[in-house]
Amino acid sequence: MISYTKEGAKKNALVFILFIAPAFILFTLFVVTPVFQGAYYSLFNWKGAGPLDKEKFLGLDNFIKLFHDKYFLTAISNNIKIVIYSLCFQLPVAFIFALLIGRKSFTGSILFRSLYFFPYVLTEIIGGVIWKFIYNPQFGLLTQFSKFFTDAKNEIALLGNPDTAFGAIFLVIFWKYIGFHMILYIAGLQGVPRELEDAAVIDGANGMQVIWNVILPSMRNVITISVFLSVIGSFNVFDIVWAMGQGGPVHSTETLVTYLYNFGYKRFAFGYGSAVAIVIFFVCLVFNLLYQKFIVGDKDK
Amino acid sequence: MSKVIKCLLSLMMLLVSLTFVSAKGQEEAVENGPVQVEWWALSGGGGAQDPSTEYKKEIVAAYEASHPDVKINLTILENEAFKQKIQVAIQAGTPPDIFHSWGGGVMVEYAKQGMLRDVTDFVNNTLSKKIGLGALGVYGYDGTYYGSPYDMGGVVFWYNKDIFDAAGVTVPTTWDQMLNAVDKIKNAGYTPIALGAGDKWPAHFWWVYLAMRIGGIEAFNAAYGGSGSFKDETFVKAGELLLELAAKEPFQTGFLGSSYDDQARLVGDGTAAMELMGQWGPSVEANNSTSGNGVANLGMFTFPAVSGGKGDVNDVMGGGNGYVFGKDAPDEALDFLNFFLDKDRQIKQIAIEGIIPVVKGAEAGLEGNSAKLAQAVSKAGYYQLYYDQFLPPAVGEVVKDAVAALLAGEATPEEAAAMVDESWQMEK
Repeated sequence: MISYTKEGAKKNALVFILFIAPAFILFTLFVVTPVFQGAYYSLFNWKGAGPLDKEKFLGLDNFIKLFHDKYFLTAISNNIKIVIYSLCFQLPVAFIFALLIGRKSFTGSILFRSLYFFPYVLTEIIGGVIWKFIYNPQFGLLTQFSKFFTDAKNEIALLGNPDTAFGAIFLVIFWKYIGFHMILYIAGLQGVPRELEDAAVIDGANGMQVIWNVILPSMRNVITISVFLSVIGSFNVFDIVWAMGQGGPVHSTETLVTYLYNFGYKRFAFGYGSAVAIVIFFVCLVFNLLYQKFIVGDKDK
Repeated sequence: MSKVIKCLLSLMMLLVSLTFVSAKGQEEAVENGPVQVEWWALSGGGGAQDPSTEYKKEIVAAYEASHPDVKINLTILENEAFKQKIQVAIQAGTPPDIFHSWGGGVMVEYAKQGMLRDVTDFVNNTLSKKIGLGALGVYGYDGTYYGSPYDMGGVVFWYNKDIFDAAGVTVPTTWDQMLNAVDKIKNAGYTPIALGAGDKWPAHFWWVYLAMRIGGIEAFNAAYGGSGSFKDETFVKAGELLLELAAKEPFQTGFLGSSYDDQARLVGDGTAAMELMGQWGPSVEANNSTSGNGVANLGMFTFPAVSGGKGDVNDVMGGGNGYVFGKDAPDEALDFLNFFLDKDRQIKQIAIEGIIPVVKGAEAGLEGNSAKLAQAVSKAGYYQLYYDQFLPPAVGEVVKDAVAALLAGEATPEEAAAMVDESWQMEK
């Protein structure tokens, strides 16, 4: 029994501490501590083992080097591109799919839902490997298709060309996560009261007006979550890019996390890698704080 | 109220004591049971019934039968997966007792971190009696040995004789003949050269070999020793010659994104005429080919000479496969490796993995292309370990990046050489 009197408060404190303790200890041990450790390592020229002595201390050199590296700038701009493309193409298309197949059940609506959702069930690596086969310039589906229609030895090598590789990989990201956002929107649509729509239609609103003025505002919460997950996910993309070309060719499809792996882990440059990790951490943290303050917090008003 | 706390506290106590019990149980098992030896080896890429894995299991069974007090725990890993997993183990300070290594700079890095066991006495007293010091040297640094190779070969051209015949091409002995051969093979409708530049290391072989033929051992020693640099003419010229070849578009479409497996498949299926690859080339070609057997008429030739080059045409770039010992490896691990490095077992491995054996007497088991390759290696006056293994890991990665950028047209030969030199100056 928890008592709410002043005398009870002291007794309760112990209970609260006991309840919070497991989560607090685990969170500190596996989330907070590593962040500070990483920040500390990022100031050194450290190769992953051995003591962090004074000769290895670099100050902020790792960060300076980072922002002068053209491949790091490619990585950051690729992440930003993924965010923008996701928000401008992936989420709107997912919304349209949700409107088309999520509102009424018709023959095949379950089939379409399953088909669009299926890629999300696959792990990223499997998805990446499947598409690597599809894109294979010698025997891949895409090349076979083009050979069938153009009747020439027309091999398409999207992943082998630094100019097209990123687009080809984004297409896979699009394919992979669209089902997830669609399901979120379908769930959100079910919470939109029919009466509101009917009322709008009686008042003479056309389809677009109903969507824009009734459905979208009612789905605000779902859209907020979907945008948030999409942006955070975009900054952490790794598996698909890795499976399809390890950030190549010539680092053209590098993202922040693959950059960390290629330039920190593979080169035994753990100090430098930690600096990359700290940058990723701050990007996500700043976005999170801004989003919480201006978008999520806003809804209470 | 207090009941709740008592319950929680006793639950926590119980959990804590359980942990102690189980930890203690593990220790006891190690003290009383057989000595455990962790062995991490690479897979031969042959799928579920990988012959090289099956053979390693046989060896383990044979050793355990005669040594009941030793238990060998074999872990088979695919190449890239191994590189990642070993990195984590080294970071955690718990390297396995015996693990795969290509020697060179990466091994030296592990040794500097104190993660390898010094086995100099074992190498001097036992292994050097049956394995040449040249091969063992790849697994040593500054007079200290950390392990031993079981395979030591070279990178050569593997070519499809039928395609060469169809295109009317003979084996090129100079770089100019190579360029001509590429034209003729292309005109005959084949892909002249398969290259998995997406994995980067297959492409860096080309640049290193060209540098060896142009500048010889002197150029490398000058750059490595500090009297010259990787920006020297030799390394720039190597880039220029490689671009000269690339301008003829001799590689398969999309080679910048292709993996080494793609490269092996193209040769194994008879689509591409040749590849520049190590002693394992033919067996990987066979494993990746549609038929499972590779091409019928496979030949080999060594890297052609470059006109005006100072390098000896007999010099070989290559490397081996071998094992090193983790810092806590028991003596039983050393004994097992000695058992593994046996003449008859090496001869069996020739057939199974296509190795070039290192144990004296086992070379009698070589035939055909492998025998030719072993001969080429033994004739080499200057034997260069692959740069990506010989140089420190950070520099090795830059060499591979530089060559990929060169082939993609994103770096000039001067820029590529400068990239390598800059990272070498920082790391040496």
